[in-house]
Amino acid sequence: MAEFRLPKNSRIKKGQHFAASGGGNTTTFKVYRWSPDDGENPRTDTYEVDLDQCGPMVLDALIKIKDEMDATLTFRRSCREGICGSCAMNINGTNTLACTTSIKQFKGKQISVYPLPHMEVIKDLVPDLTHFYAQYASIKPWMQTDSVPLPDKERLQSIEDREKLDGLYECILCACCQTSCPSYWWNGDRYLGPAVLLQSYRWLVDSRDEYTGERLEDLEDPFKVYRCHTIMNCANTCPKGLNPGKAIGEIKKMIAQRHAL
Amino acid sequence: MSQKYTITEHKFDAIVVGAGGAGLRATMGLATKGLKTACVTKVFPTRSHTVAAQGGMSASLGNMGEDNWRWHMYDTIKGSDWLGDQDAIEYMCREAVPSVIELEHFGVPFSRTEDGKIYQRPFGGMTTNFGEGTAQRTCAAADRTGHAILHTLYQQSLKHDASFFIEYFAIDLVMVDGECKGVLAWNLADGTLHLFRGHAVILATGGYGRAYFSCTSAHTCTGDGNAMVLRAGLPLQDMEFVQFHPTGIYGAGCLITEGVRGEGGFLTNAKGERFMERYAPNAKDLASRDVVSRSMTIEIREGRGVGEEADHIHLHLEHLGADVINKRLPGIAESAEIFAGVDVAKEPIPVLPTVHYNMGGIPTNYHGEVVNKVGDDPDKVVPGLFAIGEAACVSVHGANRLGSNSLLDLIVFGRAVADRCAELIKPDTKHSELPAGVMDQSLANLDATRHAKGAIKTAELRLEMQKIMQNNAAVFRTGEVLQEGCDKISACAAKIGDVHVSDESMVWNTDLVETLELQNLMLQAKVTMFSAENRKESRGAHAREDFPDRNDDEWMKHTLAYINDQGEVTFEYRPVHMYTLTDECEVIPPKQRVY
Repeated sequence: MAEFRLPKNSRIKKGQHFAASGGGNTTTFKVYRWSPDDGENPRTDTYEVDLDQCGPMVLDALIKIKDEMDATLTFRRSCREGICGSCAMNINGTNTLACTTSIKQFKGKQISVYPLPHMEVIKDLVPDLTHFYAQYASIKPWMQTDSVPLPDKERLQSIEDREKLDGLYECILCACCQTSCPSYWWNGDRYLGPAVLLQSYRWLVDSRDEYTGERLEDLEDPFKVYRCHTIMNCANTCPKGLNPGKAIGEIKKMIAQRHAL
Repeated sequence: MSQKYTITEHKFDAIVVGAGGAGLRATMGLATKGLKTACVTKVFPTRSHTVAAQGGMSASLGNMGEDNWRWHMYDTIKGSDWLGDQDAIEYMCREAVPSVIELEHFGVPFSRTEDGKIYQRPFGGMTTNFGEGTAQRTCAAADRTGHAILHTLYQQSLKHDASFFIEYFAIDLVMVDGECKGVLAWNLADGTLHLFRGHAVILATGGYGRAYFSCTSAHTCTGDGNAMVLRAGLPLQDMEFVQFHPTGIYGAGCLITEGVRGEGGFLTNAKGERFMERYAPNAKDLASRDVVSRSMTIEIREGRGVGEEADHIHLHLEHLGADVINKRLPGIAESAEIFAGVDVAKEPIPVLPTVHYNMGGIPTNYHGEVVNKVGDDPDKVVPGLFAIGEAACVSVHGANRLGSNSLLDLIVFGRAVADRCAELIKPDTKHSELPAGVMDQSLANLDATRHAKGAIKTAELRLEMQKIMQNNAAVFRTGEVLQEGCDKISACAAKIGDVHVSDESMVWNTDLVETLELQNLMLQAKVTMFSAENRKESRGAHAREDFPDRNDDEWMKHTLAYINDQGEVTFEYRPVHMYTLTDECEVIPPKQRVY
């Protein structure tokens, strides 16, 4: 079988080792490092973290590392409660939010931390999400209507119609699902990917939106939707428990039904 | 210094700094008005802390029963403990209704009533008939209202023609002869510096909860705009008023919405007693936040806290049933499980009063124009400078903000500032030449901080500051503890020149970002402590045990705190606006505040 290796300057080297300062209850974090400034290859640094002096989540450990051991470690973080989507990264092989991933579940085994896969890295754990955001904007994720609502009254929506948005509107645009999808890895330039399609569907089923036809038309293309091969990594990995794969299935159904008319 | 760093200049009509609820609403409004607008933000818009607001946004729509903006106005004034400016409060409560309707038209997925209208829930301090009944005034999208609103506003700003500069860290205002001419910012992605010229610079940079050790605020809530204003020699107003939210998760500090109590949840002490009945016989668990936080603190202090250390309180929602929890409070059920290991259908959530909101900030009028006291004029507008949202002190929240009035504040004043700028600025007006060296001090600080090789780690000094604030400017305060706090925070602030920054790069140097943020936090921590020591009365969130009563004769006035280059804090005062904007409502004169 053919064997492939990464190009020379992309091979990940072994980096520095930082020993724990405190007691015996330590866990080792192996963290991906790369800086655009020094011309070096990426490396993995290892940090031994004293869990008795650390909060319960992987983000707590990363912050402890940055605060006490190595201030150069770079990652995004903000709300620390799973709602802003900043600290999405790959932890022991799974894309998830560092702030809601407990350290305990790994039972003392080494925890490896990498940036979201298959994205260009800006530095350490910070991926470039520009293309993802542009794809999001491309689906016109805002309410489109021709009718003009009364200026002093809300549009009415039944409880049942509003329930159709549950499981869709909660998306935090963390890109965990997007970057877990092998099909997106191959065709990310043209396939919209699970997160963006989940938002497409959010607008397709909003009873208040009046551009369902146009939205479906925009999606009709061999790549935008149909590169979803129901691998379902997206639903497995979503840190908010959403199911983009199902939403994509619903979009395909809507397109098919539209043709049947 | 300016030779060492290349600065790219951008010319716009208006610059918004920050992309939370207020910043995005302003950006969108400015773009709609035909002004060439840039929004400069240190995080991607949907990561701003507005996203974490849970319970809702108040507006007297009357979808759940009779309501009136005048009742909302009364509640807000009483909630503010008569430190709020009544003209601004009138403006906010009147504009609440069109503001929330507009959001619905933009597509916010509000929860609905049986007849398809926006669902509204009860919230603390919100009453009908000037204090008589309980109002259902808080418009909700389950318990993710901030998320729903922030994402919708970002979607709207994609629709409109505004330029976003995302993950740009704002360093300083560019001020010439007391006028704001622009803002200097650093692009994290490529390490370059940028000067954004605007005829209006609108600070929408949020609060500074991270000055404290335990807060519901995000790591990024460092009040950068507030600090830029202080460095420009301008004052911050009412900084002694820091809101402790009654229900932060014990330990983690994550927010559990007041909407839990709005939906029927309640607090108990170690004896299982619903103690709020003793402190607020009418409103009980839905008294205003300062009252509930003080009551909880007293319970714990008197030995009736729960848990092994008897150091927290229980919040119950087991009795609400699966339907209410799943439909109305799904997000907090998730948070409680992740951060407290609690199944809310079966057991109470351990909670503790936690720093949540800064009533204080950049003084403005109700148009969002920044004001300063100059000579005898307490309302002198600073040309070119605006502030909105938590960064601003309009003041609509006075000494204590009511829950769900914050999302409202963001939207109403985000909109107001856009309208004001459209009145003041003609699109494509030419920019004046800047005098040489106007950014030298800012660049010198950036460079010195980047290469700082002192003895103290940034995180170590930050922790020291946070502990001082937590211990010496807490729910209850005394002169002695505050005086000690002033000494300690001054000593702590003096060490800022001795920090150590390890990362000397310019691309995504978060070591440097955190150090600049620490400089910002430190200034605000200092004026907060000094302002608290200075105000010798109890009002709203500022509870002095040595001055337990409100003293309207001496202290019904806004504190203005200035800090000079030597770190000395000085005070001025502005009168509270005891007048309304129109004759469609009456001034609410001060009276005793009981719930």
